[in-house]
Amino acid sequence: MSVRFQLSDDQRALRSGVREVLDRRFGREALRAAVDAPGRLDRELWRALGDAGLFALRLPEAEGGAGLGLPEAVLAFEEAGRALLPGPLVATHLAAGTVPGASTGETVVTAVDGELVEWLDAADVVRGDATGSAPIRSLDPLTPLHRLPAGTDSGAPDGNGTQIPVATLLTAAEQLGTAARVTELAVQHARTREQFGRPIGAFQAVKHLCADLLTRTETARVAVYAAALTADPADIAAARLLADEAAVRGARDCLQVHGGMGFTWEADVHLHLKRAWVRAQRGGGNTESEELLAAHLVT
Amino acid sequence: MDLSHTPEEDEFRARLREWLAKVLPTLPAGPPPADWPARRAYDLGWQRMLYDAGYADVHWDASPTTRLIFLEETEKAGAPYVGANFVGLLHAGPTIAAEGTPEQRARWLPPILRGEEVWCQGFSEPDAGSDLAALRTRAWRDGDDYVVTGSKIWTSHAEVADWCELLVRTDPGAPRHGGITWLAMPMDAPGVSVRPLRTLAGSAEFAEVFLDEVRVPVAHRVGAENDGWRVTMVTLSFERGTAFVGEVVACRRVLRELARTARENGRWDDPVLRRRLGRLEAEFRALWRLTQWNVSEAEANGGVPGAGGSVFKLRYSHARQELYDTAADVLGPDGLDLDRPWVLDRLSSLSYTIAAGTSQIQRNIVAERILGLPKGR
Repeated sequence: MSVRFQLSDDQRALRSGVREVLDRRFGREALRAAVDAPGRLDRELWRALGDAGLFALRLPEAEGGAGLGLPEAVLAFEEAGRALLPGPLVATHLAAGTVPGASTGETVVTAVDGELVEWLDAADVVRGDATGSAPIRSLDPLTPLHRLPAGTDSGAPDGNGTQIPVATLLTAAEQLGTAARVTELAVQHARTREQFGRPIGAFQAVKHLCADLLTRTETARVAVYAAALTADPADIAAARLLADEAAVRGARDCLQVHGGMGFTWEADVHLHLKRAWVRAQRGGGNTESEELLAAHLVT
Repeated sequence: MDLSHTPEEDEFRARLREWLAKVLPTLPAGPPPADWPARRAYDLGWQRMLYDAGYADVHWDASPTTRLIFLEETEKAGAPYVGANFVGLLHAGPTIAAEGTPEQRARWLPPILRGEEVWCQGFSEPDAGSDLAALRTRAWRDGDDYVVTGSKIWTSHAEVADWCELLVRTDPGAPRHGGITWLAMPMDAPGVSVRPLRTLAGSAEFAEVFLDEVRVPVAHRVGAENDGWRVTMVTLSFERGTAFVGEVVACRRVLRELARTARENGRWDDPVLRRRLGRLEAEFRALWRLTQWNVSEAEANGGVPGAGGSVFKLRYSHARQELYDTAADVLGPDGLDLDRPWVLDRLSSLSYTIAAGTSQIQRNIVAERILGLPKGR
């Protein structure tokens, strides 16, 4: 009997290993400290991520990497998304093996994505042409943004060639992590918060929001994992659409389940929603993926 | 994680394809939808062909992956649906196989596999739908028989069924789930009457079944008296396993046909419609992956489908309705013409968020059994 479409033992171990590192290096205290110091990238954390192999994961062992594939990268980026890990993670991962120091976390690499650049001031290397860009007051306190003049077409980080759109896939993996995390947060709150003398999760109106959170997350999960296995651009486009939906709608429903607390700065829900919005804008938003899949239907 | 197949599975697929290519051209045209006896004969005839070729028990004995391949390939080849054999092959049969005595298995299973007998399902009642445990059809012991009085509803194929898997209340004093018993009732027994129910699609797909002092031998009871609820749950878990595999394959084909039609009639130039079709493609790709994931999970758990079936059903029933709503947009004015393709399918799709557990009940299942939220209202 073959392994099948389920995580292997090694993959489970990798996932819990990454989660453990992130819990230790970027727990809730570190997260809130990062929110209080916007724009500052923790270079020590970045090197620790390099040591843990986040950037070198897919490099051959001869080049100091772990020789793993897209499925493992997707699992690691799902954990990064879950932990709200800040920084140009995808761009640095993609630069590993090309830009010196990227794989070890010595060099921070960002990339121009359409009319936006994340973490431009903190980066050592910028891929693409960021000339003329100016900082904007970013909606996400954990993602500083620069804006290029409107109409500047610098292309997406995946380019428009025939290569596998890895940046899109890894972004989808991060969105999946957010979707899974906000599902947990909503369920935790629904179990413990009491009103009318019982946990609010006993009320169907709340219960059904939670069920929909899980349904969207698990549907996105299989789409992302399958896309990592096939590396087919249409599968990656599908994964992207479902993961964006699961993250953005999930964070909103999680906020709703939290009631008044969900609207506060103190609760983490808004951080998940804002990051999900930032990621959903990458590659110019959803349109391209929808068009790609539509075109696929008539080929 | 792995999406590839074993050599044995590839060989199974190749043999099945070859067989389908050989036999499907020899099949007569399908029967008219309103002709129940013709439908029965056609569906049983197909089951007999499967039996002769060694595929009859693929729903029972094969690994979940083999079953997935079977359902995928038969749908792609345009083979007949399980049709009138549905309850026998996917509900009553597996229940008898799991819970019946050797005599009961020997009596009822071979005729199901050989395409000789049709089963229907007598679970729901006018006052027991989502709340199935509220069923009130009574059965009293009288010597070697149960005497059954009550009524059942939403019974497919009742007009042409030989047997009914029937849930009755044998102990009205017991707690709701406690006093229920599972019986195999012959549909030609005196006191059984069937009244077809017309659906909003205009067809008579279901029936009401009225039971007036129907005598059912005690030997036809599967499982212990008052243990019918547990026996039934065995059946229901099968329905949420691979029951929709063929339909997902079919939906993906419909989606391609929709895109082609939109190209022909010019609506493809509308970017809103085009992107909606693109989104549906993403949705059905994911539903196919979800099926593979659930099947792999079932295989890892020794063939038992998990609660992931509820996640699938919630998402799929909604997606199917969205598919045919989009079809109406592609068709424009033709979307009101019942003689156009997809218009009747749009009407039928309305049942998907209701049948086999409404979406609201499925959400309760997901929230309580997977997420562990407290029961309540």
